Amino acid sequence: MQVIDLRGISCPTNFVKAKLALEELDDGTVAQVLLDDGEPVKNVPRSLKADGHKLLGLRQTDEGHYILELKKVEE
Amino acid sequence: MADEKQTKLDLNNLKAGGFIKERGKDLFTVRLRVPGGRMSVPRLKKIAEVAEKFGGEFVHLSVRQSIELININYKDFDAVVKALGEKDQKVASCGARVRVPVACGGCEYNPNGLVDTQKSALEVDEKLFGTPTGHHKFKVAFAGCPFDCPKSATNDIGFQGAIYPTLDKDACISCGLCAKNCVPKAIIMGEDNKPVFSNAPCIWCGDCVKVCPTSAWREAKRGYTVRIGGKWGRNPLVGTLFATFLPEDKAVDFIAAVLEWYKLKAEGLGRIRLGDTIIKEGPQELLAHLRHQFSEYIVAETIPPQVIATQIGK
Repeated sequence: MQVIDLRGISCPTNFVKAKLALEELDDGTVAQVLLDDGEPVKNVPRSLKADGHKLLGLRQTDEGHYILELKKVEE
Repeated sequence: MADEKQTKLDLNNLKAGGFIKERGKDLFTVRLRVPGGRMSVPRLKKIAEVAEKFGGEFVHLSVRQSIELININYKDFDAVVKALGEKDQKVASCGARVRVPVACGGCEYNPNGLVDTQKSALEVDEKLFGTPTGHHKFKVAFAGCPFDCPKSATNDIGFQGAIYPTLDKDACISCGLCAKNCVPKAIIMGEDNKPVFSNAPCIWCGDCVKVCPTSAWREAKRGYTVRIGGKWGRNPLVGTLFATFLPEDKAVDFIAAVLEWYKLKAEGLGRIRLGDTIIKEGPQELLAHLRHQFSEYIVAETIPPQVIATQIGK
C-alpha cells in the first residue's frame, strides 16, 4: 500500500505534497494518507475529493492521527 | 500519470500559507502580501503582468486589502513566486498564523489621520507576519483616528489613533469652535465663556486641536487606543479596551506580548480565537500579563470581549 505521510505538515503544504505524491501513482491505485487531527483532517480530504479522487474511508489511530484511504482517479 | 514528468516545487514557498485551494482541480488562489493596503505602482504593474500570464481574467481585491491572483495552477507556484519577487511582491498567509495587518491610509496625506498607521502596519508585517499561533488565525488592524474605517475592534488586536487634548486657557479666545466641533459633547462652553472638558465622553479624536484657531487646545498625549479580542465570522465579538495612548513604536512589542499570552493560555483548548480565550480565562489575566511591560498604558480594568448579535430579526 502506498503511504503518503503528511503528519506534522500544515496547510496548504500538506495538500500540495499530496498532489505531488499522487502524480506519481497510476490511475486506480489505492493509497493511504496520514493526517494530523484539526485543520489537516478537515481540509485535506475535502480538497482531494474536489480533485476527483475517490475517498474510501477514514479512521483514527491510537496515536491520534488519521488514515485516509483513497483511490487515485485521473480525470 | 506515473510515466509523465514529475512536478517539482519548492515547498518552502508554501510555509506561511497564502495558497488557497479553489473549486477547480489543480487551481489555487494566491493571496498577495499587501500590508496596510499600500501598493506601489511598479508592483501593481508586475502583479498585472503575472496575473495575465498565469492567472484568470481578473484578480480579486480581498476585504483585508490583499490582491488575490485567481486560477493559478499549482505547477506554476515557483514561477509565480519568482516573477512577483522581481518587484519584491510576496505571498500572504492563511491558517493559524499572524495575518497581514490592515490599515487606513494613515496621516501622510489623509487630514483625519492622527498617527502613522502605514508605518505601524509595515513594522508589524515585517516582524510578525506568518508567525504560527498554534491555535487560530490572528488579525491586526490599524485605524488612524476614531472614525475607524478599518473597524479595528473586530480584529484580535485593533489599534486606533488617538489624541488627548489639553487647554491653555490664556491662549483661548472664547470662539466656541471646539465645542461646536465636539461630536461626543466632551467639550461645552462654561459660564466664563471658556471650554470645559470632560474625559468620560471624549473619544480622543483630536477635532478640538485641529479646529482651534489659536492652538489653545494642544495634544497632551498621542498614541493608540488598543482593543483586544475582536473578530467577525460566525460568532462575532467586539474587542474591549486594554490600553490607551500606547506609543506607536511600541505596537510590535505589544502584539508580541499578547501573542505570547495567547499561545500559552489557549493550549489544549483546540482551535480557539484570542477573544474566546479571554472570555474563558477572564480579562484580568491578560491585563496583568501586559502590565509587566506596558504598565503606564494599560487600563485599570476592562471587560471581556462582547458578543455581537448577528441573527437579528430571525
